[in-house]
Amino acid sequence: MLQLKNNSYSIDGKKIIDDISYQFEQGNIYILTGPNGGGKTSLGKLITGLYRSDNGSIFYDDKDITALNISERANLGISYGFQSPIYFKGLSVRDLLQLSSKSYDEVELSHLLSQVGLCGKNYLDRDIDDRLSGGEIKRIEIASVLAKKDTKLYIFDEPEAGIDLWSFKELISIFKKLKEQKKTLIIISHQEKILELSDFILVISDGKITRSGPTDKIFNTLSISHIDKFNCEGCEKKELD
Amino acid sequence: MLANTMKLFKKLYGDDVDLRNKAVNIRENCSSCERHSSPNIKIEDLPEGDGLKITVSSKTNGETVYIPAFISKSGVIDVVKNDFYIEDGADVLIQAGCAIHTESDKESKHDGIHRFFIGKNCRVKYKEVHLGTGSDAKRIISPVTDIELGDNSYFIMDSIQLDGVSFTQRETNAIVGKGAHLDIKERILTQKDQEAITKFNVEINGDDSSVNVVSRSVAKDNSKQTLESKLIGNARCTGHSECDAILEGDGIAIAIPGLIANNPEANLVHEAAIGRISKQQIEKLETLGLPEDEAEKYIIKGFLR
Repeated sequence: MLQLKNNSYSIDGKKIIDDISYQFEQGNIYILTGPNGGGKTSLGKLITGLYRSDNGSIFYDDKDITALNISERANLGISYGFQSPIYFKGLSVRDLLQLSSKSYDEVELSHLLSQVGLCGKNYLDRDIDDRLSGGEIKRIEIASVLAKKDTKLYIFDEPEAGIDLWSFKELISIFKKLKEQKKTLIIISHQEKILELSDFILVISDGKITRSGPTDKIFNTLSISHIDKFNCEGCEKKELD
Repeated sequence: MLANTMKLFKKLYGDDVDLRNKAVNIRENCSSCERHSSPNIKIEDLPEGDGLKITVSSKTNGETVYIPAFISKSGVIDVVKNDFYIEDGADVLIQAGCAIHTESDKESKHDGIHRFFIGKNCRVKYKEVHLGTGSDAKRIISPVTDIELGDNSYFIMDSIQLDGVSFTQRETNAIVGKGAHLDIKERILTQKDQEAITKFNVEINGDDSSVNVVSRSVAKDNSKQTLESKLIGNARCTGHSECDAILEGDGIAIAIPGLIANNPEANLVHEAAIGRISKQQIEKLETLGLPEDEAEKYIIKGFLR
């Protein structure tokens, strides 16, 4: 359903994504993992249009979407959950969920929040400002992505970051449900439990896919504890396994 | 009421306002065109000068009084003084505001000076909407609001100006008594060559009192906004002043905060942020399917709500 062909992306002359090609099939969960600064988030943003490829092309449902902007891609069914959610002065949680779901139904909006462990009564009318904790804003971010009904491809960037154990279990069950609904998920994560959910793992390092394949073949070759130690400039690089 | 005035009234308050049995004074082109008191709220002429004396009795509980002023033609200069006496324990909503419609190139102006003398244990909500419509003539609205807030009373001022006022210089002065709370929220949008100047000067004189002043503004095109917000803590109190401005086009904004703590138990805070809408905010709404220009409008609409 999603095909990347020779995508590259640079910032100030530095290659962040280096000639990546990959075919994502519908109904699978893909994990992008690898060292910090390796290019995982950038790849997610290239797919959503938040970043634009310097060259290469992106096909989605056999349509070339390379030239489409963020909202055009979103309206084709590509949704993106930010790693660091955005605060808004003056917009409420209700505003964001209504905008995403196009629903004004109180029960439906409350249900979206309950999926991420928040109570609609307490949160719908709260402003999305810095009075929300990191965990609360992260859950609201995930709810806003889940609210978008026409989504076929979900991209979540470190969805587990900042959320508590109880919510994490809920998150896992949300991903399982989406898979049952034949949705495609690309999840950027280092979290073992999320990796275990996946069908395929792609290891991204230095802007390239250094390893990819079915989870049962890749998972045991990863040394998760080493992943974060990569790409620290000035430090000696270590091999993945 | 003239047809133009009726249109302006509906723009300020909507189509469904029922004025029957309510205390009302509608000012149209410098004189009153409709006035009635209610059993609890008495409206009469000021003994001296052009204006009203509005007395809200202690028995008032959840009533609304309408005191709007309309200028429905060009070349009108209107100055009015209204004094509000709010008796102990009253609970009232005051709907004020001004709308100016011009049809030629002659400027029109309305200066409304409102003085509030608020007793003890009152709850007062004061809503003020300012609006301009019509030709390219200058429309000037410069209100002055003076508030004396009695012990343990609560005053909420909600002021909004979103369209069509060429120039405004608004001044709000308040003296806050013991255990009282003053909450001011202002929203202003300026565009083209419009200018808005706002001055808040609040003296917090009573122990255990609190003040919250929030100004949100959007300066578009070549417009200019200036906010001076001064909180003076003369007692054991808390004060918070916040100024947020969004800039679009070549719009500019100036925030001049002032905090003066004359009492060691005064706790005063000021926050200010001026700048364009952040790219990340727009991008978030784009990922929900909103085109960039609609995302900007949506953010501004929420910001000024």
